[in-house]
Amino acid sequence: MPTDISEIDTITHDVIVLGAGGAGLRAAIECSRQGLDCGVVCKSLLGKAHTVMAEGGAAAALGNADKRDNWKFHFRDTMRGAKFLNQWRMAELHAKEAPDRIRELEAWGAVFDRTKEGLINQRNFGGHRYPRLAHVGDRTGLELIRTLQDKGVHSGLSVHMECTALGLLTDGGRVSGLVCYWRETGRFVIFRAKAIIFATGGFGKAWRITSNSWEYTGDGQRMAYDVGAELMDMEFTQFHPTGMVWPPSVAGILVTEGVRGEGGVLRNSEGKRFMFEYIPERFAPETADSEEEAQRWLDGDDSSRRPPELLTRDVVARAIYNEVKEGRGSKHGGAYLNISHRGEAYIKKKLPSMYHQFKELAEVDITKEPMEVGPTFHYAMGGIRVDHDSQMTNVPGLFACGECAAGLHGANRLGGNSLSDLLVFGRRAGLGAKEFIDANPDLPALDEAQANKILDWAKAPLMRESGENPYVLHDELRDAMTAHVGIWRDEEGLAAGIEVIEQMRARVANVKAHGSSQYNPSWSEALDLDSLLLCAEAVARGAKMRQESRGAHSRVDFQGEREEWGKYNIVIKKGDDGQMSIERVDRGEDPPHLAKIARATLEQLEAGDV
Amino acid sequence: MSRQRTLRVWRGDGSSGQFEEYTCDVDEGMVVLDLIHQVQKHHAPDLACRWNCKAGKCGSCSMEINGKPKLSCMTRLSDYEEGAVIQVQPLKTFPIIKDLATDVSWNFRQNERITPFTPPQLPEDGDYRMQQVDVDRVQEFRKCIECFLCQDTCHILRDHEKKEGFVGPRFMIRVAQLEMHPLDTVDRIPATRDEYGSGMCNITRCCTEVCPEHINITDNGIIPMKERVVDRFYDPVTIVLRRVFGWGKRA
Amino acid sequence: MATTGGHVQGFGQTNRTDRWWVGPAATAGGLGAWLLYYAWAAFQGKYWAAGPYISPFYITYTHPTSVTDTSPAYAFWGMWPEWWPALITPALILGFLPGTFRVTCYYYRKAYYRAFFGMPPGCAVGPRPVNYRGETGLLLFQNLHRYTLYLALLLLPILYYEAALSYSWGGELGIGLGSVILTINCFLITGYTLGCHAWRHLIGGRLNCFSCDGISEARHGAWRFTTWLNIRHMRFAWMSLYWFLFTDVFIRLMSMGYLPDINTWNGISWIADFH
Repeated sequence: MPTDISEIDTITHDVIVLGAGGAGLRAAIECSRQGLDCGVVCKSLLGKAHTVMAEGGAAAALGNADKRDNWKFHFRDTMRGAKFLNQWRMAELHAKEAPDRIRELEAWGAVFDRTKEGLINQRNFGGHRYPRLAHVGDRTGLELIRTLQDKGVHSGLSVHMECTALGLLTDGGRVSGLVCYWRETGRFVIFRAKAIIFATGGFGKAWRITSNSWEYTGDGQRMAYDVGAELMDMEFTQFHPTGMVWPPSVAGILVTEGVRGEGGVLRNSEGKRFMFEYIPERFAPETADSEEEAQRWLDGDDSSRRPPELLTRDVVARAIYNEVKEGRGSKHGGAYLNISHRGEAYIKKKLPSMYHQFKELAEVDITKEPMEVGPTFHYAMGGIRVDHDSQMTNVPGLFACGECAAGLHGANRLGGNSLSDLLVFGRRAGLGAKEFIDANPDLPALDEAQANKILDWAKAPLMRESGENPYVLHDELRDAMTAHVGIWRDEEGLAAGIEVIEQMRARVANVKAHGSSQYNPSWSEALDLDSLLLCAEAVARGAKMRQESRGAHSRVDFQGEREEWGKYNIVIKKGDDGQMSIERVDRGEDPPHLAKIARATLEQLEAGDV
Repeated sequence: MSRQRTLRVWRGDGSSGQFEEYTCDVDEGMVVLDLIHQVQKHHAPDLACRWNCKAGKCGSCSMEINGKPKLSCMTRLSDYEEGAVIQVQPLKTFPIIKDLATDVSWNFRQNERITPFTPPQLPEDGDYRMQQVDVDRVQEFRKCIECFLCQDTCHILRDHEKKEGFVGPRFMIRVAQLEMHPLDTVDRIPATRDEYGSGMCNITRCCTEVCPEHINITDNGIIPMKERVVDRFYDPVTIVLRRVFGWGKRA
Repeated sequence: MATTGGHVQGFGQTNRTDRWWVGPAATAGGLGAWLLYYAWAAFQGKYWAAGPYISPFYITYTHPTSVTDTSPAYAFWGMWPEWWPALITPALILGFLPGTFRVTCYYYRKAYYRAFFGMPPGCAVGPRPVNYRGETGLLLFQNLHRYTLYLALLLLPILYYEAALSYSWGGELGIGLGSVILTINCFLITGYTLGCHAWRHLIGGRLNCFSCDGISEARHGAWRFTTWLNIRHMRFAWMSLYWFLFTDVFIRLMSMGYLPDINTWNGISWIADFH
């Protein structure tokens, strides 16, 4: 392993995009279209990014399935879903530009499901007023990434696969490069660029139960933080109420909300349909209060009210969690979700992938027996703070888009808004990079001392004689986060979580990766720990500071939204002393032209009065 | 109900290696990838193995389990006789990087050879129109998760090593998907025969047998492409109809 | 021979631990047994008709040298010329039509490439080490599968004609076990023929737009029907193959007096009852 910087290969592009998921590829394609020489660096193979796991669809007010839909409704839905804690301008841009981004995908070869008129079909989803999700069965994310991948390889992108980023380099405050290593050989490489776009995704792998993939370790957040970028809204982490809980190997894999939509019933170990106990006051008038009424609704009786299983995600997730905590959980620590009463033929027709998922992975025949489900970490609303239009961070030349960026989703993300987020803000990040490079056309200088520091840090786990097992440390962190920074949070638990993280930081400094630098998973596991810890700490500290319950953030000790907290976002950055600095940032006045739309009644919007 | 299970895994790089056995505790419901993770955690931390989603959606954890190309995240330990050693190896068709990781970059180069989707000018109202019946076939091929198990099992690539002459089943369905696309305007039939090598396939269907997405690669993808090649190059009647009357040409 | 990665190289070599050879062995056995019977029956030239029934092996034929007192007088082509060599039995000619269809069939190709040629014998099992050229060299003729389909399609009406005739004996309409067997034979062969990949291409698969005009929509309907059969092509291939053989066996045994027919003309009737 070379120690001298001059022995390390250097690759130069105008712009480097880190991450090859939907956001990264869209950003890279835009850079190419703008005439920039663009390199994409990704830690897995091309096309394997977490975007492939998105199922439902991409939200865009195309108005194909319902002609009344337009950007204003989408904007309003997004603001309300986010509990007004997201960025007005981003929600506006997102709602306005998403339809064009979807149409553009079609011109690049995406094949969405069709309406009778031959247009892109759209489906209903929670929180969206009209059917709005362009989709391909239940594999929309795969369609999106494959389309962008094919477009990308024919757009002159240089793709550097299985290349893991270690740290950012700066030159006088501006980003100048990225230190990485090739997984295959373990050799280091330095990418130099005039601008760098992060599209590195989330950090769900810090939790035990998650629907997130191997890559979701928060590398981007950590690297950006290290060079002074701000993180925002980190306390908002979305838990999906129904993930698989058994067998252990598949715990966390999503069970679609469609199961409940088709009449699935939740019961605890005593056989009680517990959701009736958890109906929030404001939903009581529109929710059934007896099993008989719920059944009548399912049978198509319009005068009956909806079953309580169809309450919002946060309510259902908290309820299941509570049942388990109070000792009424299912055999493997979840709740029983039963759909078998709908009959075999119906289930196989309406929920084919769920049928196969349980059959193949859990040996459970959902047409005959109940599923075991529990909440699973699903999405990080927070991330790197960016400029609303250009997606540039507070570090000049560093951009962020997709899940690793914050701002669009606020306190809670609506289903379907993540795929459109990737497209809209991926493109904007590309445009932002172009604008930045036009204004700053020189290649910034390479600071060898900085690079050496990163290399020393990276080599340390391999060089140590002995030390902690990175796999075990990761396991412990996941358990601690699920225990202390889960769905329900309180002062005491969060403090305990922060303490665990601090203790673990010392142990991570002594982690040992056995073996050589060549394709060594324990080495990458060891290096990921710092990123996971950083994100875990930011979430815990943000959650501890926000003394209210809003959207996905629920405090046992501060239930309900507090008006005062609606005025602030929590921003985290590396303090001058190297410690994590955390502050409340005033959101300022609501922009009147947008607030008018977001706070309008549906009747006003439908009448075109706003 | 903790039990033990022995995994026999090939360790080594492109030049040499050997099988090693590891015994780990296993839980009910575990898949082969879980067992590999147990080995990494307790015995061989540097055991190289690709994986991402662990839900059968990304196609990263392809390997050969007891000699069969499979996704390790979707192969349950209970599929194998209790107490029997499970053997895992890297894909045979591609050069070995280390242990279970192979260099599959050849596949990405094949995709670059295929002329991309080329739609006509957008209609004035800004929307392309396609009916569901016309995209059903295309959507089947787009389910592909690029696990490359079909490429691995295809004897043309695996054993005869004719990688220069045949792009493999994965890219035959990529071509089929473009050729059957109701909007696409490019003619890839000559390239299908001459460059992508449709004639090399002898339709022995192993690609279809191993596909974890249950795509009917042979019957719905490769054979229809072979028939389109016949239309163009081998059937005297269609050749004459096409030459003389312009029959079967794209609009 | 072991290679890097722990793989084994060479014909029939594999690390598979399941009984992968069962499939190709069964195929080889099934096709081999059929071919042996066919070779014998085709040259044998006797016992191919009984009462109103004529074996599909001999369906188009009444050869003067093999006319017996049990021959029906209404064979489709009538009497064949005197100069026709006796060795070239009509079963051979007939075999040529569906025979070439089946030899070039996309399903049978898989079956015999695997079972007889070892190319490869099984999935992830080593093939015979040859300079593989697929279907580009000597096997280029496989591309003319559609012409053998046309020949096979010609045969279908004849089969139905003969099956229809089996519903009448001595001027009296009726039905017998043999009529049912012959009719099922027709259905199975039709199911196999119309599930053909080349047919599926010609009838609609070659179109990129099914919805563009009325004719395309109709062809889409036909394509969907063919697709349904095509998914079951292997099943139809085997069922029709062996039912064809079984039909011949039934008529042969009947005409030899070993088996009776059950019918509306005579009840349980032996060959003598048809005289």
